[in-house]
Amino acid sequence: MELAVFVLFGLAALVSAALVVAHRNPVYATMSLVVTLVSTAVLFVLLGSPFLAALQILLYTGAILVLFLFVIMLLNIGRERSSGARSPAQTWSAVILALLLAGSLGRLVWDAHKDSEAPPLDATFVSLRGLSEQLFSSYLLPFELIGLLLLVAVVAASWLARRHEEDEPEVAAPSPEDRP
Amino acid sequence: MSPETVATLAKIGVWLTALLSVAPAMLWFERRIPAFMQDRLGPNRVGPLGLLQGIADAVKFIFKEEFTPANADRPLFLLAPVLALIPALTTYLVIPFGPEVVIGGHSTKLVVIDSDSGVLLFLALASLGVYSLVLAGYSSNNKYSLMGSIRASAQMVSYELALTTAVVCALIPAGTLNLAEVVDYQRAHLWQAISQPIGMLVFLVAAFAETNRLPFDLPEAESELVAGYLTEYGGLRWAMFFMGEYMSMTTLSALFVTLYFGGWSLPFVDFSGLSGLVQALIGFTVLAAKIAAMLFLFVWVRWTFPRFRYDQLMRLGWKALLPLAVLQLVATAALTVGGVL
Amino acid sequence: MTVPVSWYLLLAAALFAIGVIGALTRRSGIAIFLSIELMLNAANLTLAAYSRLLGDRAGQMVVFFALAVAAAEAAVGLALFINIFRLRRTIDVNRLNLMRW
Repeated sequence: MELAVFVLFGLAALVSAALVVAHRNPVYATMSLVVTLVSTAVLFVLLGSPFLAALQILLYTGAILVLFLFVIMLLNIGRERSSGARSPAQTWSAVILALLLAGSLGRLVWDAHKDSEAPPLDATFVSLRGLSEQLFSSYLLPFELIGLLLLVAVVAASWLARRHEEDEPEVAAPSPEDRP
Repeated sequence: MSPETVATLAKIGVWLTALLSVAPAMLWFERRIPAFMQDRLGPNRVGPLGLLQGIADAVKFIFKEEFTPANADRPLFLLAPVLALIPALTTYLVIPFGPEVVIGGHSTKLVVIDSDSGVLLFLALASLGVYSLVLAGYSSNNKYSLMGSIRASAQMVSYELALTTAVVCALIPAGTLNLAEVVDYQRAHLWQAISQPIGMLVFLVAAFAETNRLPFDLPEAESELVAGYLTEYGGLRWAMFFMGEYMSMTTLSALFVTLYFGGWSLPFVDFSGLSGLVQALIGFTVLAAKIAAMLFLFVWVRWTFPRFRYDQLMRLGWKALLPLAVLQLVATAALTVGGVL
Repeated sequence: MTVPVSWYLLLAAALFAIGVIGALTRRSGIAIFLSIELMLNAANLTLAAYSRLLGDRAGQMVVFFALAVAAAEAAVGLALFINIFRLRRTIDVNRLNLMRW
């Protein structure tokens, strides 16, 4: 049962992750990332943390990626045009680098953990009460700092995104090549 | 199949049957009740009292042309109505409809997912609903659709804050995110509608905005935006949005009555002596009756209040509901720490 | 059958590598941002897997904080993109070469 769920959602995560990277239309890329994140949330449940799963869907897909979609729609960013600027050499060296990285990471993980057995899931590890007690005692300072960070981010984002009348370029109309 | 699997499937089956019958029932409700309020008859040709009107409408939807605008983004255009059903078809999983009962020798809790993170899961799945609106507006390639979807998503995101804060208030006294324990708390104490009236009102108003119902149906305001993000949809695809809206109303009402009106329980009455199946039946009926009362309120309000203007809507959300919810949060926390609640 | 935790770690490594490809090859700023979110997600999966392996909640705590930081980062990052788009009418990183030499 666990194996079936892992394979199903693991594959979904991989395929949609590949789509995020490969799709030229930003809306489709964002929707693929939604699938990746939801699949990862299911894996979080398998790893004994339904709380993180709910948080991942609520925060990441429910808020952050909606913000991405908003920006994409409002700026009307069309497909990436395939101009000569991106050389095949760049693409292939990136792929080879990434494969090397994945290979060495995989080798490290495999050597270190191929025989590691996780302890059986007990109720206290899964329970939300244990997690929150730890969060509000040992991790109280980081928790408060996160609150401060979010406040700073809200102020910064709203200042940055406001309309600066004096900065607007003289030519407001987009040049023809910028149209989607 | 193990008894647990059978029990889970049975519980899901009960919920799905109830939810899927809500849409045709509401079709009838939403015409006969306003007709009664306005001293008209309403639809009364199809079946006795027009009861079969829902079926007639369903048949009409099926035979309508499935139209796709020429410049629409077709895959996303088809995906959006399907996404509208996802929150509706998943959020009920954490709503309890009875106590722990023994049926056929097996003890089972009358809730599909009995999780510590229950409410969080509900809110998370409900927040996925915004994608269907955004995609419907974007893919239709129509300015009214886009305007409607931007309005709808801004409205949903804004009111989600107040709604979530109100939910947090309702969870503090019970000290849990598990809805079954919130109901147990209310059975031992008072209905939270009495102990947290402000939080209840905030939740109620935010629920109207979250489901895009009048007086907050700005996204589809027909006098300004034709039909908002629904403009280019017709036939079965439109019907899916429509069903999604009614089912979201139902699940949100279920959360509302569970948090504030004791969910499946009745005050001063104890059914625990009865057999398991009867308890389940009574629990589900009580919950369904409370939800039906809420749905009646939705219809009543729709035909009573005029639509808000968009700036009024935003002002209400940010300057009235959110501060009120925070006030309730502080009050509840203080009362809980002080040992009053 | 239970899935060994090392499989989760391998999956996370693969997701991270896919994110790296995206961040290195895409030219639209938004697409690069999405790839970075993908890498962040892979890191979160690794942390949750180790948390499970060691039976220690510290990993889950870090994921919790990482999610909150990601929200802040996305808000500020997207605001920057909006600003850049207003000034330059593009978010193609090849054409945003003012700071490049």
